[in-house]
Amino acid sequence: MKTRILGFVALVTVVVVTVIGLFVVPPDANQGDAQRVMYPHVASAWLAYLSFGVTALCGIAWLWKRDLRFDAVALAGAEIGVIFTAFAIWGGMMWGRPIWGVFWQWEDPRLTTTALLLALYVGYLLFRRLTDDPERRATRAAVLGIVAAIDIPIVHFSVEWWRGLHQTATIAAPDRVLDPAAPMAFVGTLLGFVGAFTLTWLYLMIRRYQLARAEADREEAARVERIVSARTVEAAR
Amino acid sequence: MTELRAEARIALAIAHKDAIAELRGRHAMVSTLFFAAVVLLLFGFALGPDAARLAAAAPGLLWLAIVFAGILAVNRLHLLETDDDAFEQLALYPVARRAIYAGKALGGFAVMLLLGAVVLGAVGILFAVDIGSAWGPLLATVVLGAIGIAAVGTFYAGLTVRLRAREVMLPLLMLPVLAPLLLGAVKATAAALAGDPFGELGAWLQLLVAFDVIMVVAGAATYGYLLED
Repeated sequence: MKTRILGFVALVTVVVVTVIGLFVVPPDANQGDAQRVMYPHVASAWLAYLSFGVTALCGIAWLWKRDLRFDAVALAGAEIGVIFTAFAIWGGMMWGRPIWGVFWQWEDPRLTTTALLLALYVGYLLFRRLTDDPERRATRAAVLGIVAAIDIPIVHFSVEWWRGLHQTATIAAPDRVLDPAAPMAFVGTLLGFVGAFTLTWLYLMIRRYQLARAEADREEAARVERIVSARTVEAAR
Repeated sequence: MTELRAEARIALAIAHKDAIAELRGRHAMVSTLFFAAVVLLLFGFALGPDAARLAAAAPGLLWLAIVFAGILAVNRLHLLETDDDAFEQLALYPVARRAIYAGKALGGFAVMLLLGAVVLGAVGILFAVDIGSAWGPLLATVVLGAIGIAAVGTFYAGLTVRLRAREVMLPLLMLPVLAPLLLGAVKATAAALAGDPFGELGAWLQLLVAFDVIMVVAGAATYGYLLED
């Protein structure tokens, strides 16, 4: 019931901030309406990083405490993180086309880093499906999640350098919205989006976690049943 | 200190075992090198026959060929362990897990170093790149790249070797992680070949050193969990 209320609140806040972001806040002086894409875009990117942080931390927690509930949270983080990452990339491309003139800007370190992030965690999810034993799967996924998280800052740093060593940045940073000089209306709207998306994220995380636990219970029940039926057959002989 | 020395001896013993197996079997190294050569030829078809364009793309092609062939090489080194449940035996050794990781990675490093040197020579010949003028920095780049690929590859090969779909999963998981290494190695190679006009070679080599150190530590710290099951 509590989760349902949370879901309802999340839905309402997302609708409210969407209306504000589309119709209430004035368009940006330089970028026009395209700048409105930044609100959901920045909010999704933040949740993508949060999700993968949760996955790595839960991996460490599993290796330490050996409680499969941590693994369920790790799975939820990776899956929901992939969704928000894809959404962030999509939003970035929709913004980039009118502002930069291209969907894909290789000189933007955030874009290239995020694309690799998506590849890392889609790999993580595919990898998880290949091991049947829950504890083995949890251990393998945990080390994979940890090493992937270690790689992210190196990727970001190297891509930043890759661009920076040759030439100075030619393009204004896309997250100028966070500039303290930006009008309060823009900052407020962005914070509203971050809040609404974070509530949605929390709701999705809880639901995905519950689903993962239910799946684990069913797997376990099926395993017990197989053992029992094998024993019955043996006893009948 | 004596403990560390003992672990180094164990690592060398494991690498030695892999080297003997490789020298007697031999097919792994030959097929890996041949694969790298075929990749280079196909790059030539894809981007040639304009010689200037091929020479300009040479640093990128060099490292793509090394990385692609490297995936085969590290996979091969772990496949050795699947025959007759050798991986189980390896896990039963009463020694520090990081020594086992170091041993497998050392074997991988030797293979990658040979591979890198041969592919570098082949790129020099096929794409008309003058590698002799900058052999020092190029050698440093190949050594650092070989360490990084061996460090990452040993971890990921250990992770995927017992999976049904390992042929797909190993490159899928390993390639995005290797992206910073690819980037740094290509930039260092290009800078070295151009005579380092912007003085950036040192920075790229430092990036490779940082990548290698972080990945060796991460691999040594987590490899034990892979031997657990």
